Parts: sequence; structure tokens; C-alpha cells
Amino acid sequence: MEFISTLLNGLSSGGTYAMIALGYTMVYGIAKMLNFAHGDVIMVGGYIMYVMMLLLSQNVFLGIAVAVVFCVLLGILVERLAYRPLRGASPLAVLITAIGVSYLFQSLALIVFKSSPKMLSVLQISGALKLGKLSVDYSTIVTLAVAAAVMTALTLFVKKTKTGRAMVAVSEDRDAAKLMGINVNFIIMITFAIGSGLAALAGVFMLMKAPSLSNTFGAMPGIKAFTAAVIGGIGSIPGAMVGGILLGVIEAISFKIPLIAPYTDAIEFSILIIILLVKPTGLLGKRRREKV
Amino acid sequence: MTVSEFVLETKELGISFGGLKAVSDVNLKIKQGEIYGLVGPNGAGKTTVFNLLTGVYQPTTGTFFLNGKELKGFGQERINHEGIARTFQNIRLFNNMTVVNNVMVGLHNNPEFKCNMLESIFRLPKHFKVEKAMRERAKELLTIFGLLDERNNLACNLPYGKQRKLEIARALATNPTLLLLDEPAAGMNPNETEDLRKTIEIIRKQFGITILLIEHDLKFVSEICDEITVLNFGTALAQGKAKDALNDPEVIKAYIGK
Amino acid sequence: MANIKWKRYLNYIVISALAVLFAVLSLTGTLKLGTQILLEKITISIILAVSLSMVVGFLGELSLGHAGFMCVGAYIGGKVACLVDGDGNSHLILITAILVGGVVAAICGFIIGLPALRLKGDYLAIVTLAFGEIVRSLFLNSTPESFGSTLGLKTPRYDSRFLLIYGFVFVLIALAVIQNLIKSKHGRAITAIRDNEIAAKATGINITKYKLLVFIVSAFFAGVAGVLFSHANYTVQSKTFDYNYSIEILVMVVLGGMGSINGAIISATLITFLNEELTTILTGELSVLKDLLYALILILLIIYNNAPALKGVREKYNLRAFVGKIRKHDPAADKDDEAKWHRVPTKIDMNEVLSTDLVVKESRAEKGDRGGK
Repeated sequence: MEFISTLLNGLSSGGTYAMIALGYTMVYGIAKMLNFAHGDVIMVGGYIMYVMMLLLSQNVFLGIAVAVVFCVLLGILVERLAYRPLRGASPLAVLITAIGVSYLFQSLALIVFKSSPKMLSVLQISGALKLGKLSVDYSTIVTLAVAAAVMTALTLFVKKTKTGRAMVAVSEDRDAAKLMGINVNFIIMITFAIGSGLAALAGVFMLMKAPSLSNTFGAMPGIKAFTAAVIGGIGSIPGAMVGGILLGVIEAISFKIPLIAPYTDAIEFSILIIILLVKPTGLLGKRRREKV
Repeated sequence: MTVSEFVLETKELGISFGGLKAVSDVNLKIKQGEIYGLVGPNGAGKTTVFNLLTGVYQPTTGTFFLNGKELKGFGQERINHEGIARTFQNIRLFNNMTVVNNVMVGLHNNPEFKCNMLESIFRLPKHFKVEKAMRERAKELLTIFGLLDERNNLACNLPYGKQRKLEIARALATNPTLLLLDEPAAGMNPNETEDLRKTIEIIRKQFGITILLIEHDLKFVSEICDEITVLNFGTALAQGKAKDALNDPEVIKAYIGK
Repeated sequence: MANIKWKRYLNYIVISALAVLFAVLSLTGTLKLGTQILLEKITISIILAVSLSMVVGFLGELSLGHAGFMCVGAYIGGKVACLVDGDGNSHLILITAILVGGVVAAICGFIIGLPALRLKGDYLAIVTLAFGEIVRSLFLNSTPESFGSTLGLKTPRYDSRFLLIYGFVFVLIALAVIQNLIKSKHGRAITAIRDNEIAAKATGINITKYKLLVFIVSAFFAGVAGVLFSHANYTVQSKTFDYNYSIEILVMVVLGGMGSINGAIISATLITFLNEELTTILTGELSVLKDLLYALILILLIIYNNAPALKGVREKYNLRAFVGKIRKHDPAADKDDEAKWHRVPTKIDMNEVLSTDLVVKESRAEKGDRGGK
């Protein structure tokens, strides 16, 4: 029984990771860059919710909606100001800029909201579903349901809509897509918008679990979600889901074993390194060879 | 090691990618001092043959010998040490380095210019001697290609034709017995092509090396090559003297259809 | 000729002169303690920046775990000093600690160099980041007896009058090794790998050897800096060496101009000095302004130096061209044999597709292979 509840815990935090990982994987697949600042968008979203709660104390869902919209706009803005000027420049330059943006968000948040962590419970879903001996928190169920819904919607979006197919085309070959009349800049903008929106949403579920908000709130989950994206195969949407859930489960199990619990982070990062060395394409990614 | 009359000999060389035969049964026999052409339509597998010969890909069937020594299974660096140097279809220079330094990288493994890291770190006399000698040799090579005046410019700032020449100079600097040139005349105007033809003749004479080249310009091929092989769909359609091979009915069919 | 040689070793001479000057001032007791500590910090920063610049500027790979190597050096070196001697004010022990710490860090560098043989760009960057976090986590969760667990390792605080001299000595050693290596045929091979790995391979350059070399040397000196750090403080805490510290070192390298050792030295000095000054001026919450400033500098500098659209502007307002104008430089003088290849790029060209670049679908890649182009 305990194992199953551990597993469910893992699934719910895995669902959160998957939502963040989707942002990484889509941006990597389409804009061909590692958006280091992605994790910090979660943090910004969290603070926006905090402000909204102070202003409109009661209306939780409006707060969430405002945070998501704000992050979408922020994603678009950052892409426009920091990343687009560097399109065509060396990947190293883009990566360093992304690191700079992440650094910028963190220090801005620290200046505006000070260093003491803010306690913030956005959604409080108490109680648990009892199935015989097994009890499942409602919050776990909600997290899982939302994660599943988001992924289904995103898959359908990419497969069925014109914009979604254009995204696939841009990720395959940006120049060819451009020649086919696809507005590459617009597609990349949409990708950043979706990724940032999902990050804000993931922030809600993270706060549900640990309601303490500081300026580095998103940094570690961001890096872990990137790990998840790599495990699943970066660039692949189902890969991000599988990787996220796998990482969540591994984390939950590792926390339960006292001997290795303090080393959970080290274990997760070791998995990342091993996967990159043994199968850099991840579980569901496909290999592309360098032409000579 | 058996002594062979051929510098390069390939035996049933072939590779398949996931069931698709990109190159199969290629048998080349290239004699010392020859200029040998590899021609064929786009996608015929010419560059793949080069990639097999330089260790970028490992052959799935067959093998190849350089002066009788089997080189199958060796990596790119090792094959270069054994004496095969190449240029690339899409020029690959060390763009942020100067012209003379591009050539000096080519001289890196030359036993004449040995200087280990400690000798460099402690700036022993050996280091200065080797650096000076390398630079002199590089300048000699650049003189042959008419690039001496450009030696302190960045490689990426050279005009296209000179970049092609620099790539050949760098390959030659590794002191190869066999030089592979991948479309050396691509994108050149008639004057530059003529200039290149002369340069290739000069390096054959001066260095006594054997050259295998891929080229689309059939006029250029028939002027410069002693023998050629025509590839299509990864297999050899015709082999022999340039004029004969190009007039082979199969070859004409492959190029202009029935 | 003599003139040229002077110029080539100018940074070396300037630092040596400063080292002697500060050594004399320090030993005669004219230097205030605050200045001594500042100088210690500056020398540590310079060693870190110069060693990182070898990886980022010359090999063209991004390392986000430089603080991790420093962490290894700090803990191991500190532990050595603790084990051998409680108060640790012996020269022999300090040197032993520095060497042991450096070598252990170099071994870690070797281990991180192995993935570097297969991975490039973003992937390698994330591996180095993961390494830094793993190292930190291991020391954080160590037993109190071994490395002090969460409280940190108590280390002997070395007399700063001497420590700053050691700092200068190791700056000179790091400079000599890295600069001499880079400005030799070996450095040429390393920059060739940066510029075009495929071509370097085809030219017979031993990629494995040089990539590992760069990571080992760079990690060794980061470890040395770590040991110096542990001797400049009473405790070593793993949280010091977090990801942000790696970024700070990276800022030094980027600010100095990637591929420029002197630039790294100058910007490391400047940033460390400003850090110290700003912490006294900007107290409390305001001290974050400093981070904000670095972030903005990093972003703006990279965009200015790399944006394709700004190429014209860059060529017009080039610092080097500007300096050249002041000196009334004769362009023909550039045609001498002193090729300036090692200071060329403020921009690193990594146009090569990642060797493990991935896309959603494989169809295109397969087609590419079949075409055999």
C-alpha cells in the first residue's frame, strides 16, 4: 500500500515536471536553444499569483489566469528582446544569454520581493479519496488530471492544427519551412508563449505541494525538468511526458529510502549524465547525424 | 605488409544504412602518381566513398588498402596519420584562425615538428625552434598556392576560391600519400578552374602524391584525370580512361536518360 | 625582435612586478588587513577566470561547473591541511594541500572530460552543471567527521600576509602554463577543434587528448583556487560553490572577451574589486543590485558581440580598431610573423551542428544518410 501511495506521489510531481519539461523540449526542438530562464518563469508566475492574492484575496482562479497570461507575455518579450537578435549567432552566445536572463529574473525578484520566502497557498485542496486501505490526496488527483489534460491538448494541437504542424515543420528544417511560407519568427514566438504558460501552470501545482516562494523557487525544478526532457528525448513531446513522470517516480522512491534520501539530487543528476553518455537521444528521441 | 603496385585499392567496398545500400561493390585501383576521378550524378554515393576512405563511416562490406596496408576499422585521425588527407565539399576551415595557422595545424603531427607539452610550457629552445620551422614550412606551402600575402588574414575573410586552395594546402601539410579532393572546382568560374587545374598538376609533380577527386565538371575531369570511375546508385557503372568511360552508353544513359 | 618578446610577456611582467610590490608591502606590514583580504580574493578570481577561459574561450565549450572543481579543491585541500597540522601555518603543508587539492580536482576534470568527448554545446553545459550540483550535494551530505556535513569543514585560516603572496605565485604559474600552452602548437590544435571539429579530426588532430587536456588543466587550477579559498577562510561550506558562483566566473570570462587571457585577468580583478566595494556600499537588500548589473552586462555584451544584425556597428566601433587609431598603427606592421590567431575571437563560431543534435522525427536524418552527401 505504501508503495502505491509513493508511486502516486511520484506520478503527481512527475506530472508537474512533465509540464515544465514540455516547455524545454518544445523550445529546444523548435528554436534549437536551451532556454535556461525557463525555470525562472515558474518563479515569476508564482510571485504574480502572490500579488494577485494580495489584491483580490478571494478569487484564486483569476489569480492563476493572470499569472499564466503574464508569463505568456513575458516569454514572448524575452524571446523578442534577448533571443531573437541572436538568431543565427553561435549556440554558445545564445546559451550564455539565456543564463543571463535567468540571472536577471532571479535578481529582479530578489530586489522587488526581498529575500524572505513568501508563504502562499494558491489552491488548497484538502482531503483524500479513500479506496479501502489506500488513500489518495485530492491534490494528487487534480495535479495528475490537469497534467494529462494539458498533454492531450498539446498533442492534439501539434497534430491537428495548422500552427502545430508548422511547428513540426520548423523543428525539422527551419530554412525549408521559411521557404514554404511559414512565419518562423511567429512560430518560435508561439512556442515560447506555450512553454511559459505551462511553466506558470506548473508553478501552481508546485506551490500546492510546498507553499514557500523565493527567488530561486524555479531554478532547481527547472534544471530537473530539463533532466526529464533529456531522459525522455529532447525535442519529443511524448518524451517530455514520459521523462517527467519517470523522474517524479524515481524522486519519490528515492525520498522513501532513508539511506539514499539525502542524495536524491545527486542521483537524479547522475541519471542525467549517464543517459547523456549512453543514449544521448533519450528514450523517445531520434538521432540526427552530423553531415560530413 | 605486402607491397602493392597500387597506392589505393578498394575491394568490394560498400556500406548500407538501415538496409539501404548507399555504396556497394566499389573496386578502385589507383596507381602511384595518378590523378583519379570519381564522377556520377547527385546522390550517386561519391562523398560516401570519401567518408568510407577517411574513416567517417565504417564499411559494412569489403575493405581498402593504402600501399598494401589494410586501413579498414581505423578512425579518422589514424587514417590521416596513415597518409590519407581530404578536403570537404562544403569548405571546412578553421575560420577564426589565420591562414598560416590553418596550415600549421596540418603540420601538427609531422615528426619533424615534434615538441611535447612540457617543452612548450617551459618554453625550452625546442619550442621556439619547432615553431619557427613550422612557420617556414607553412609559408613554403602557401607560396605554392599563391596565398603567402594572405597569411595573416583570417581564413573566413578569404574569397571563396582562395578558401578552396587553403583547404588543399592544409590537407597537403599533413604529408599524405593520397589526397582526396571533394569537388575542388565547385562554384568556381572558368578562370579559377583553370588556375586550380594548374595547381593540382603542380602539387602532383612537386609532391609526387596520388590524387583522388570528385568532380561534376566533366570537362575538368577529362582534362585532368588519368582514369575515372563513374558511380551511379552506389555502384560503378564504368571504369577506365576518362574519354572512354564517359562515352560508355551506360554512363550516357545515367546522365541524360534513355 | 626584443621588442616583440617584451610585448608577448607583458602581462607576466606586470603581474610579477605587482606580486613583488605587494609581497614587500605585506611583509613589512604596511598593507591593511582589508587590502590583504581583497588581494587574496582577486588572485583566486584571476586563477578561476584564466582557467575557465581555457575551456570557454579556447576549446569553445561552456562549463557551468567550474565552482564544482573549486569546491573539490577547497574541501580536499582544507582537509589535508587539517589532517596534517591543526593550525596549518607551515609553507610545506600549504603547498602539499594545494597540490593534492589541485590533483584531485584534475581527476574530476578528467572524469568530466570524458563526456566532453561525446557531447557538445548545450548538452555538455548541462553535464558540467549537473557535476557541480552532485559534488556539492556529496560534500553537503558527508559525515560530520569527514567533511563537516551541513556545518561545513573547519579549515585553518592561513596568515593572509603570506597567503596573498602564494596567491600571486599561483596566478603566475596558472598564467605561465595556460598561456604558454595556448600559444604553442598544442594551443593551435585546441583552437582548431573549437573552430571545426570535423576538419580537425580529418587533419589528424588527436581530439581525445586535447579535450581531456583542457578539462584536466582547467580543473587543476580551479582546484588550486579552491585550496587557496579554503585557507583564506575559517570554514568551507558547500553552498558557497553553487551554480551562481560558476556563473560569476563565466561573467568574468565573457566580460574580458572570450579567447583573451588578459581580458579575463582584467575583468576578474575588476569584478572582484567591485564585489568587495559594492558589498560595503550596498548593504542588505541592495546588494542584489550587483547581481542585476552583472546579468544585464552579460546579456547586453553577448548580444552586442554576437547579434548578426549588429555586425556593421561592431566593425565601426571596435575597441581594437579604436586603440589602433590612437597608436597610429601602421597596418603593414601587422604583416610580420607574429600571427595573432590566439586573440582573434570575441565570437566563438560553433556553426557545427551538435553531434548529438536531435529532432522529433528521424526521417530527415535518414534521408541525409542515404543521399550520402
